[in-house]
Amino acid sequence: MRWLEQFRMAVLMLFRRKSETARLNDELQFHLEQQIAENRSNGLGMDEARSAALRTFGNPTLLRDQARSTWSWNWLEICLRDIRYGARTLARSPGFAIIAILVMALGIGATTSLFTIARAVLLKPLPFREPNKLVMIYEHFRSATAGDGFNVVSPHDFRDWREQTHGFEDMAAWRNYGFNLTSEHDELPEVVRAAGGSWNLFSVLGVQPVLGRAFTPREDQPGANHVVLLSWSLFQRRFGGDASILGKPIRLDTNSYTVVGVLPRWFTYPEPRVQLWVPYAQTFTTDEYAAHDQHQSHVVARLRTGVSASIVTKEVSALQYQLYQANASKPVAEDAVFRPMIDDLVQDVKTPLIVLLCAVGCMLLIACLNVSNLLVARSAARRKEVAVRGALGGSRLTLIREQMTESMLICAVGGLLGLVISILATSWFANNWQGLPRAETIGVDGSVLVFSIGLVFLTALLAGLLPAISATGSSVLTALQESSRGIGGSASRAVLRKILLAVEVALTVTLLISAGLLFKSFLHLRTSDLGCVTDQVLTIKYGLPEKQYDTREKVAAFHESLLQQVRNLSGVRAAALVSTPPGGGYDGDDVFTIPERPSDKFNLQYDAIYRTADPEYFSALQIPLIRGRFFADQERLTRDHYVIISKQLASQFFSGENPLGKHLKVAWGSKPEDFEIIGVVGDTLYDVTQPSKAMMYFPILSGIPSQTSGATIVVRTSGDPLALSLPVQKQVAALDPALPVYEVFTMQQILGNSTASQSFSATLVLAFAGLSLLLAAIGLYGVLSYLVTQRMTEIGIRIALGAQKFEVLRLILLDGLRPVVIGSLIGLAGGAIAGAFMRSILYGTSPLDPLVFSTMIGGLLLTAVAACALPALRAVRIEPIQVLRTE
Amino acid sequence: MGKPSDLVQGTLDLLILKTISLEPKHGWAIAKRIQQISNEVLQVQQGSLYPALHRLEQQGWIRAKWSETDTGRQAKFYGLTAAGRAQLEREKESWNRLSTAINLVVEAG
Repeated sequence: MRWLEQFRMAVLMLFRRKSETARLNDELQFHLEQQIAENRSNGLGMDEARSAALRTFGNPTLLRDQARSTWSWNWLEICLRDIRYGARTLARSPGFAIIAILVMALGIGATTSLFTIARAVLLKPLPFREPNKLVMIYEHFRSATAGDGFNVVSPHDFRDWREQTHGFEDMAAWRNYGFNLTSEHDELPEVVRAAGGSWNLFSVLGVQPVLGRAFTPREDQPGANHVVLLSWSLFQRRFGGDASILGKPIRLDTNSYTVVGVLPRWFTYPEPRVQLWVPYAQTFTTDEYAAHDQHQSHVVARLRTGVSASIVTKEVSALQYQLYQANASKPVAEDAVFRPMIDDLVQDVKTPLIVLLCAVGCMLLIACLNVSNLLVARSAARRKEVAVRGALGGSRLTLIREQMTESMLICAVGGLLGLVISILATSWFANNWQGLPRAETIGVDGSVLVFSIGLVFLTALLAGLLPAISATGSSVLTALQESSRGIGGSASRAVLRKILLAVEVALTVTLLISAGLLFKSFLHLRTSDLGCVTDQVLTIKYGLPEKQYDTREKVAAFHESLLQQVRNLSGVRAAALVSTPPGGGYDGDDVFTIPERPSDKFNLQYDAIYRTADPEYFSALQIPLIRGRFFADQERLTRDHYVIISKQLASQFFSGENPLGKHLKVAWGSKPEDFEIIGVVGDTLYDVTQPSKAMMYFPILSGIPSQTSGATIVVRTSGDPLALSLPVQKQVAALDPALPVYEVFTMQQILGNSTASQSFSATLVLAFAGLSLLLAAIGLYGVLSYLVTQRMTEIGIRIALGAQKFEVLRLILLDGLRPVVIGSLIGLAGGAIAGAFMRSILYGTSPLDPLVFSTMIGGLLLTAVAACALPALRAVRIEPIQVLRTE
Repeated sequence: MGKPSDLVQGTLDLLILKTISLEPKHGWAIAKRIQQISNEVLQVQQGSLYPALHRLEQQGWIRAKWSETDTGRQAKFYGLTAAGRAQLEREKESWNRLSTAINLVVEAG
């Protein structure tokens, strides 16, 4: 317990410092008196005795200091003294202090916040057992026309992989699914996002249900007893967290499912919106489950301990090639690949996150350079004082420490403010960044604190060390001479400032160019053409439960009467049905062959997105007809095997030919069917951030598997489209009260949603770049005013000797702009590198876009000229007499 | 009397602890006592006395109390604590070991 006692003493001393110092003085005094008394008793006179005693004692101040230095709080006192000194110095120029602190607070806050996010999203391990061993496996196809690609997996291939490979401990699959959840008690129906998971999925991940159990192998069969696992949030929200729900039935798409378990609260895989899980095989028909063409599943595998990735890759690849050869007439990819699960989850945000992190890092660095630059200027003003103190024996280390204290103080206060900013900013980011995976793991914790404290020290060092060293470096003589002459003789310091300035400009230009590129691609996305009208269009999705709407006639009747009712609403100019509207996502593709070319076999090169639509869809959205015709009214129900293709499909697979009258052979389920091409329509984009892809349209009522019951009604209006959302929903409810609608959006909103993530990062980088430009301008202005002040005398003499105002102006401007030009050139190179790195997140913009580069350089130069102009004009107005008189 | 010898490092603590082991003394008296007992060989410099006293106090080995001297003046008296007594034993023991060892080396053939 001795340390406890020591700690108690140390704390006591901390609070008793004043009285202890007094007591120490008292003690010393007493001993001095004793010594004097002794000297006197040895026969010395009073004065002699006193001075002899003092000699024996030595310097009482030093004695005191030595004694006090054993108190453990000595360093604290030195610190406090330094801080008081720094604070006093800062308080003398509050404007500078406030700007510097705010700049640091913003920089540290933004950097900390983005670090928090990047760490949570990119670095934190997944919450599963041994997450490093988890991989996602995909089919891998090589296509001459569409480039290489990953494809999600068919259930048949998944089963083959699972049974015939040995490098994996186990392999599981899941697929996205959706249900209408209705209840026994007339509660509102709702559409829930669901997933079908193979029975072993949870054990592969290492997750146990908190209530009940996971699925059994027997339940994971097509047509087996219906069972369901609830997510924690659905369990709480819909069933009040009542455990008695276990073993009870709930209604999904009018079928009864028995609840067998509840998943843990933290389990939000693959995304938080998935509300319930059903057995994987139950989400397929028996035919689909046996097929190679149902590419809808994600495969999760756990690597066996000690098996190397390259061996497993070879094993899966080889197996997939066998499958490819054995199923030549079916859409099977020739290769398979895997990647770590964490990469798979974050791949879309990795680059934007790194770009943002670099941007704030850049901004922070610019802020440091700025403070550093200002401190150099400030230290120049104090050189005389520092030099004299140095000459009087102040150690250089002490002087450097004092100078550093100032930057430390700025950064510490800034860091404290920054921490508050970062806590606010982090939660704002987590809530506003659409599509950010793993957002639920983001939080400010100890390591974030450590990071921001580290950042404070780092920035303090960056900002303070150079000025401190340069301030204490010169000899007394030169310092005194220079300051008495008042001439800018401190060439080395002026060079230092120019170098700092050039670096600052280079960083700013890099940041500006990156921001410009991102912003241009964002503008491109916002104005890009989906291939249809996007004004005044409302879209509403609904899904018809197959059990109730079990015949094509029933489905058709519902669609038919809904369309009829909606068209009668006032303000509706056109209404039509489509499986997924433009911009609404990928939503499935399929492979086909062209029977007119007998050598064709199913191969993923022949691949197109499919849509189902009713005859009026194209005219309602003003998608142009390029050749042929639209569906006719009577072709809606009869499944006459007609197909309309997009321009892209025509040019990709029928280049130089007339596609009309030719056929596409599409592998629906296990038996392929022929469809005759009757029309070619304009391209529409499924996602505004993606290049256009070949598309084929089938009649919506023709019974194309899994594309009939779900539909989106698109309504073109003459006024505000959202004003019609309630009337349309009422029509749906009038036809079937148990039918929920979902995803009520205008086309403009769909466009906005799909660019949300891009616009988010573009806006942020732009904000950082703007701030940096402002900082650079401040820095530039500071440096130039300093240079002008230093050269006052010289300029005065020049003017007195007859220099023209124009020449003086040119002199000052050139002097100031040289580091700017050098910095800009370096920044151009930096911008090119940044552009190359961001290539994957740029749209419609070359990484070397000349417009962006020239605009940004131009903007910076304008700012620089403006920042230079003020001091330069001041220089021109110098009255020679006045300057020489003050000399 | 020659020049006062420098104290072997760390022995000042031992000397102080030993000196006040019988009764509390003030700093001056401690220095004087060490000087007298050692026949003026050991002279404790003021510059090392006060830091040592403070250090020992911080370690919890000695405790300071203000009381009156013979002449009626207030002075700071240092006395051993229980922990200090144990520490004194330890230091004595290690000093004995050290000095015996040094003696052995010095006296050897």
